[in-house]
Amino acid sequence: MKEKVNERVNWPITILLIIGLITVVFPLYMTIVIAFKQPSEMTNSISGILSLPKSWSLANFAEAMRVTDFWRSLFNSFMITVITVVISILIHSMIGYAVGRNKAKNKFYNFSYLYIVSGMFVPFAILMMPLVKQTAQMGIDNLVGVILCYVVFYMPMNVLLYSGYLVNIPVALEEAARVDGASTFRTYWSIIFPIMKPMHATVAVLTALGTWNDVMTPLVIMSGSGMNTLPLAQLTFQTQFGTNYNLAFASYLLALLPILIFYIICQKQILNGVVNGAVK
Amino acid sequence: MKKMNDRERTFLLMTIPILILFFLFNTLPLIKGAIYSFTNFKGYGSYNWVGFRNYIDLFQDGRVGRSYWFTFKLALVSTIAVNVISLILALGLNSKIKFKSALRGLYFIPNILGALVVGYIFNYFFTYILPAVIQMMGGEGTSMLASTKWAWVAIMIVCAWQAIAMNTIIYISGLQTVPEDVYEAGSIDGATGWSQFKHLTFPLILPFFSINMTLCMKNFLMVFDQIMALTKGGPAQSTESISYLIYNNGMSGGQFGFQSANAVVFFIMIVVISVAQMTFTSKREEQL
Repeated sequence: MKEKVNERVNWPITILLIIGLITVVFPLYMTIVIAFKQPSEMTNSISGILSLPKSWSLANFAEAMRVTDFWRSLFNSFMITVITVVISILIHSMIGYAVGRNKAKNKFYNFSYLYIVSGMFVPFAILMMPLVKQTAQMGIDNLVGVILCYVVFYMPMNVLLYSGYLVNIPVALEEAARVDGASTFRTYWSIIFPIMKPMHATVAVLTALGTWNDVMTPLVIMSGSGMNTLPLAQLTFQTQFGTNYNLAFASYLLALLPILIFYIICQKQILNGVVNGAVK
Repeated sequence: MKKMNDRERTFLLMTIPILILFFLFNTLPLIKGAIYSFTNFKGYGSYNWVGFRNYIDLFQDGRVGRSYWFTFKLALVSTIAVNVISLILALGLNSKIKFKSALRGLYFIPNILGALVVGYIFNYFFTYILPAVIQMMGGEGTSMLASTKWAWVAIMIVCAWQAIAMNTIIYISGLQTVPEDVYEAGSIDGATGWSQFKHLTFPLILPFFSINMTLCMKNFLMVFDQIMALTKGGPAQSTESISYLIYNNGMSGGQFGFQSANAVVFFIMIVVISVAQMTFTSKREEQL
């Protein structure tokens, strides 16, 4: 009798969930139709705002790209995210390994572990003002400073993830390599690093989503440099959009598009990464 | 002194440079912030030591008090609302439905989008679309964002829109850890519907509940992007979150020292709340 129940599709819940999707889809639909319209099509009634545009012209997008210097902002965002993710995977896994393998028997490593992981409690608000001064003094109030900040901000979470994952990797593997004459670093690089691949994926997803969408760090650190990231450009050019909402929405849509495309391609990895990161 | 072997030396080389980096960009600014909190530094020029003056002023400052009230109200109400809705949504998405993976994928979309841009989109929605709808139904048709009474609700809706996606996916992964035979055994004992959820499902996914509560609370307490995009702290400073106030007055309002004191108090609160939440939930889990 139970088998029958397993096969039956629960249609009422399916339909309710599809109706509920309106809450997700409506804001996106609104963004798309407004982005394609001309200001003259925007009458004051709701139907004027929400009806489909008369023609699917790309003029708004071209103009938005010009106003916000889209390609440069996109390039900056891309560089920041990719470099942060690569450095994070390399050095967070390394310190995660060193600390994770030794913290049980060595006080120094145990202290280092707790020291870094407790950094999770430090809100950006308290670091913000001193960091602005510090990066300016060091001459890195630019992409470099932002990347270094991110590498440090994501360290507590990533070290926690890596050293947690290490528990599943038997020490015998490393000992076998050592008997074969491999140095400690080589053992790490050619044996442990590849084994940690599932965790690299999780770390990459979490770090990338966080840095890609972050506004506050580039806002305070790069404010003097005239450089923008993709989200920051929306803030900087807010005044320039004025009341031309069609232009503004074209720009918002452009800002959302890269991550949406990325999500469509790597949906499974992203969902796994997010869940792993939170649950571990 | 014992000579270090290769293994110990390599481990130290792997650790110390990264520890220094961490110190430079996390601990050092933290210490500097704490030091500035005892000065009347404006962000430029010279400054004097003022002892605990900033801290005393902090507790008498109405604007700071309002920002704490607003932030905690937002965080608490949102955390509860988000968790209730995501739990219901997760139960739905985990039941025997058609298009399961497509629906799950679509419901997660809000979480991957940048909060600032989402805020701008909703800003338009609250300013133009919603008032028009209310007007059509015979209401007054003013924007929620312009009302000191309702602006925080609008912010909560936007925060929740993104947070629900995240929490739902965590609850789903929690529900998947509950084996099918638990329900079968339960149904023999007559546990169905609400009593099945209360006595079987919920206790089993309690760890996921505590993850979500902690995550949600922490994120909402640090809310910034949504405020920036929706209200910029207005109307009448009624929606200034703590992070926004520190940013706004500390960076450009000449209150570097004073807002540093604010940030120190905020930091201590975050630590206390996180530790309290963790000990509370670990106790609850032990009881089971």
